[in-house]
Amino acid sequence: MTELEIRNGRIIDPVNGTDMIGSVYIRDRRILAVGNRPAGFQAGRSIDAEQQVVCPGFIDLGTRLREPGQTSKATVASETGAAARGGFTTLCVPPDTRPVIDSPAVVELIREKAEQAGFGQVYPTGALTRGLQGQELSSMYALKQAGCIAVSNAQPPLGNLLILRRAMEYAASHELLLLYQANDHCLSNRGCAHEGAFATRYGLPGIPEVAETIALAQCLELVKLTGCRVHFSQISCARSVAMLRQARKDDLPVSADTAMHQLHLTEDDIEPFNSAYHVIPPLRSQADRQALREGIAAGVIDAISTDHQPHDFDAKLGAFPETEPGISALETLLPLLLRLVAKKVLTLQQGIAALTSRPAGILGLDCGSLHVGAAADICIFDPHATWCVNAAHWQSRGKNTPFWGETMRGAVTHTIQAGKIIYHQSHRSDA
Amino acid sequence: MHNSRHLQLTEQGKLRHFLSIEGLDRSLLTEILDTAESFAGMSEQQVKKYPLLRGKTIVNLFFENSTRTRTTFDLAATRLSADVLNINIATSATAKGESLLDTIRNLEAMQVDMFIVRHSLSGAAHFIAQHVVPGISVINAGDGQHAHPTQAMLDMFTIRRIKKDFSGLRVAIIGDILHSRVARSQIHALNILGVEEIRVIAPKTLLPAHAQSLQVSVCHDMHKGLQDIDVIIMLRLQKERMRGAMLPSEREYFQCFGLDEEKLHIAKPDAIVMHPGPINRGVEIASSVADGAQSVILQQVNFGIAVRMAVMSMAMQTREERRR
Repeated sequence: MTELEIRNGRIIDPVNGTDMIGSVYIRDRRILAVGNRPAGFQAGRSIDAEQQVVCPGFIDLGTRLREPGQTSKATVASETGAAARGGFTTLCVPPDTRPVIDSPAVVELIREKAEQAGFGQVYPTGALTRGLQGQELSSMYALKQAGCIAVSNAQPPLGNLLILRRAMEYAASHELLLLYQANDHCLSNRGCAHEGAFATRYGLPGIPEVAETIALAQCLELVKLTGCRVHFSQISCARSVAMLRQARKDDLPVSADTAMHQLHLTEDDIEPFNSAYHVIPPLRSQADRQALREGIAAGVIDAISTDHQPHDFDAKLGAFPETEPGISALETLLPLLLRLVAKKVLTLQQGIAALTSRPAGILGLDCGSLHVGAAADICIFDPHATWCVNAAHWQSRGKNTPFWGETMRGAVTHTIQAGKIIYHQSHRSDA
Repeated sequence: MHNSRHLQLTEQGKLRHFLSIEGLDRSLLTEILDTAESFAGMSEQQVKKYPLLRGKTIVNLFFENSTRTRTTFDLAATRLSADVLNINIATSATAKGESLLDTIRNLEAMQVDMFIVRHSLSGAAHFIAQHVVPGISVINAGDGQHAHPTQAMLDMFTIRRIKKDFSGLRVAIIGDILHSRVARSQIHALNILGVEEIRVIAPKTLLPAHAQSLQVSVCHDMHKGLQDIDVIIMLRLQKERMRGAMLPSEREYFQCFGLDEEKLHIAKPDAIVMHPGPINRGVEIASSVADGAQSVILQQVNFGIAVRMAVMSMAMQTREERRR
């Protein structure tokens, strides 16, 4: 099949400001036309998208696939499959695999596995320091040659600020984007919940906002010094939004995302000691959530990520502080986005931009839009279909989500990557 | 909140597990105190055994060292005629949740009736209560920094014995509130039982960031904080707090927050002095105060047995009723 037609959908393409009913025509992996059927187009296959939304495929800035090293939790195949089900065509993988992504061999391994699996495009992110030990620079040039589009500190601590300065200088020399997780490990002090009323009440070690904001402030100063382009991953605090707003005014080359669950849940939603809510950065206060929502709407926060972290059952089985943090989030992303739209936090255009054109722009990728000639990475979803988050409707190996058992509205019906259908819903309308 | 209430109580509001004071109502706390009173009255005359738990097996499952708490649970169970199995598990042996659960599964297979659990992590008793087979009761003997509900109830018992009524009382809790499961449980119990005021007195390094959210007033000065106080509860200061840059020295701590006779005079003349033990003499409390006329510290220890008998017998009774 080389020619594909998507008929009569509501086409939303934020980059081009498109929101119209129409058809999309695809030939040889690329978008041939949007709107009118080109002369001589003979669809090999046609998808009826009536009552559905047709938009660019989603791009995630932080998906843990767990392979290599933690295949008891998940595999490249299982999670890229889940991502396709969630509407994703492009995934950015943090370097904290085992071994970490600090050599071309690991980059190649992940890309090969992803290719074999045959779902979306996978971009490994290189480790900022060797072994993510926070001490020596990684071979960033070799990593870039192997296909890394960015480097990241991921979650382990960096030795000191001098190492961060040098790493940023070196990354900037090779025009590599730094995906930075702002967390001062001394200040987070092995905490497992936001340092607020919930942690106070339940006697849980707290993570204060300053663990994030101080690390953010330090990194922003180093951006001024080094000129390194930095994207702040999964920010969680109101103060961080204010600091980023100022950084924009100062024209610093920075961007940021927040995880979808931070736009929905706060510490007040945590069921006592339910480890499904154990996530780092932690679920913060209602004021923080409000600021994050406003930040996304105003474009101060550019993108929404999944921060997808699939876990096996045992990882979440235990007393709250000893369980592993993280939420399996690929498949709930779309319905959670639609909840934000329903609550008028974002327009559908803004929401889709935060999942498509904005992350593409940050990563410098030629995707995330439906221009003619662009790679045909497309997500088609039914915004009204309801489904229940349960084993029957779940693909990821990680079933660790606080939304388990909830009814969701909005389901992906087709995911198309470079013109190839990598997911289609076999039976429509269920729950 | 709903969750932990649901876990602890049956649909009829009876005590199934005893994990936290939070979510319980005044009538249930009063029932525990009244039941304890019936046991305490007897044991003051002569030690007597009750057949209430005859044929039952109670497991003291201690993942964290404790002599006093375990001993009083042990004595309480023995006085209720239960068989007691003491299991001490070094925390290092069960570093992971799955092995904690394996331990529980193995013990369940031995047909036990009740677990008394102490663990260094907050939420461990909840976790075990969520995963035990129905019919086994879990009593929290201290989990991390979260809760120590039987200790709080024996403190309430002591206060009621001496002060008769909770209304109108001003209670000061002094010391390491941040790391104290005892303080958290006491604060819930005192609020539920309706005292006039709870004041927590400590340097900021030993207070949770959102202490006020626990419905207490916060003070950093003993001279102000002890005014008009009826009940003084001193908390034990762990030595490791000096190493974690939380305090400069024991001497300075004693100067500022240690209870000596001079500071005791600031409180009401009939104020009582309590301490969950074991005491660090000269660190949080002067010997002259700990052994003085206003101290009720040793009575607390004795009442601990009656309160634990009350909680164990109530939970076991709930279980028997559900079986019928």
